Amino acid sequence: MTKIVVAVKYVPDATADRKFESDDTVDRENVDGLLSELDEYAVEQALQIVEEGEGEVTVLTVGPDDAADAVRKALQMGADAGVHVNDEAIAGSDAIATSLVLAKAIEKLEYDLVMFGMASTDGSMGIVPTLVAERLGLPAVTYGSEITVDGSTVTIRRDGDAASETVTAEGKVVVSVTDQTGEPRYPSFKGIMAAKKKPVDEWSLADLGVDAAQVGLDASGTQVESTAPRPPRTAGEIVTDEGDGGTKLAEFLASKKFI
Amino acid sequence: MNPWTTPERTALRDMVRDFTHKEIVPNLRQWEDEGRLPRELHLTAAKAGLMGVGFPEEVGGSGGDLVDTTIVTETIIESGGSSGLIASLFTHGIALPHIVANGSPDLIDEYVRPTLAGEKIGSLGVTEPDGGSDVANLRTRARKDGADYVVDGAKTFITSGVRSDFVTTAVRTGDDGWGGISLVVIDKGLDGFDVTGPLAKMGWHCSDTAELAFSGVRVPQDRLVGEENAGFVYVMQQFVVERLSLATQGYATAQRALDLAVEYARTRETFGRPLIKRQAVRHRLVEMHQKVEAARAVTRQAVDAQVSGEKDDLQMSLVASTAKNVAVEACEWVVSQAVQIHGGAGYMRDSEVDRHYRDARILGIGGGATEVMKDLSAKLLGY
Repeated sequence: MTKIVVAVKYVPDATADRKFESDDTVDRENVDGLLSELDEYAVEQALQIVEEGEGEVTVLTVGPDDAADAVRKALQMGADAGVHVNDEAIAGSDAIATSLVLAKAIEKLEYDLVMFGMASTDGSMGIVPTLVAERLGLPAVTYGSEITVDGSTVTIRRDGDAASETVTAEGKVVVSVTDQTGEPRYPSFKGIMAAKKKPVDEWSLADLGVDAAQVGLDASGTQVESTAPRPPRTAGEIVTDEGDGGTKLAEFLASKKFI
Repeated sequence: MNPWTTPERTALRDMVRDFTHKEIVPNLRQWEDEGRLPRELHLTAAKAGLMGVGFPEEVGGSGGDLVDTTIVTETIIESGGSSGLIASLFTHGIALPHIVANGSPDLIDEYVRPTLAGEKIGSLGVTEPDGGSDVANLRTRARKDGADYVVDGAKTFITSGVRSDFVTTAVRTGDDGWGGISLVVIDKGLDGFDVTGPLAKMGWHCSDTAELAFSGVRVPQDRLVGEENAGFVYVMQQFVVERLSLATQGYATAQRALDLAVEYARTRETFGRPLIKRQAVRHRLVEMHQKVEAARAVTRQAVDAQVSGEKDDLQMSLVASTAKNVAVEACEWVVSQAVQIHGGAGYMRDSEVDRHYRDARILGIGGGATEVMKDLSAKLLGY
């Protein structure tokens, strides 16, 4: 029986018009959000692990009211239960503060394995899995392109530029997986209908024994100084082919250091 | 609560939209050119539970009712799919219901479960070369010989008939007229069973269409669906659902064509201004919107009535015929206007509206032609 906690994040839809608040935090209220696509890979791997043997997948998120959507999507994919940590004091937390909330929530759950996506699609830092592992005192086995669980041994393959490493760890482990682990499933129609009957707990900071002063924008070690929208794309350059199109193309690519 | 916007149905819409964007839109042009859908799509759709929507879990379905199947149909089309794709991927929507409702457990295990799992493809064989909507007078005959039926005759315009593994076939087992018709399930590959196709068509290119010829085909009698000579009633009972599906395809195709026209009108500049800045174009888009909304409302009202069971069979026949004709009329007008707004670009094969324009034409012919719907309606209304 493998009990897996998958930590997921509710992120602004990358295809929507994303904005920042006046305090330079991400606007999470007025932009459509969804379960981070990179976290779907973690949910998929967790489901595959429990489907091969026996087990239970609990999906955990920290975020505002709308973040319940991310939990629901994972439940529709097949996760068994959800936990949503929702407390106004958490708003603006950086990765380190967020890892405290996640670690405290995970401590309250029964688990053998904690899984993450490789990074969020909004912050893209990819350090939360390691921070949580540090707080829990567990080994962190990150960036797995392939994961297998055999009894209490977790093995991942980590693909680097120069080599692929096989990494194993025993006992309780924190794992993050990449988008190379296999396409996540669609929530099935039956899964959608079943999800509404699955338990979702909502916890506040008080439930976790976390002092509000330890989290939030003010308690975060990193502060965003300023934000500016990316300038709109400019029109591309059109080169007229007068018999020397190939050369001009090569010169262009070389000037941009593509070749 | 509005049954069309429950949280589960909103999630279903999201899933189907996602599925359409990832699995269908990037490949549809290729499937149109190839004249058929790949079998893998049936498996992928089955994994997401889409093949089983509207079929009970006891027979391998995913559960849900006609509102759910309607949501699947409209979302696929409105997200960039097409009515041709619906017709081909969901042919089992017309091939299986008679078996589910009246068939033996063996028939359900042999045909229904594997089809809902995406492993088999089924089709429905009713139309014959010399009699389209005149089901009561079909001529394909099945006579008993030992433990078999021996089937002779021909069927045409059979959707998915080229790819299908079996055909739920309407045959004459008794006297002339509607009381002598039975449904039997006939496997492909039997001696004397010839398939011609795919037939070249105006639209629905991704949906293969076949002509079937039966010459002394021996079919075990246990392939009979339900009672002998009750086939006409079984076929008629399913016509309501088929017509509502075609009505849904009508308003959804119209909605998609409208969306494409609005987008084009916003970006296309003529004489220094985007098309949409011209009142004539804006008014035309609004007229299109009004027709789509009316067709959607009439169709959904009919779907609601079918699900609630508040109307008897005759009343439902009228409601479904009305919805089909209203939606088809709206669709034909809207897709034509969408092509007009696109101008020359809309006449090009690479424009999506070209496909919807061609695909729309069959909706007023298949599943009971517009004129048949009117005849039926006149009778039911007592005119």
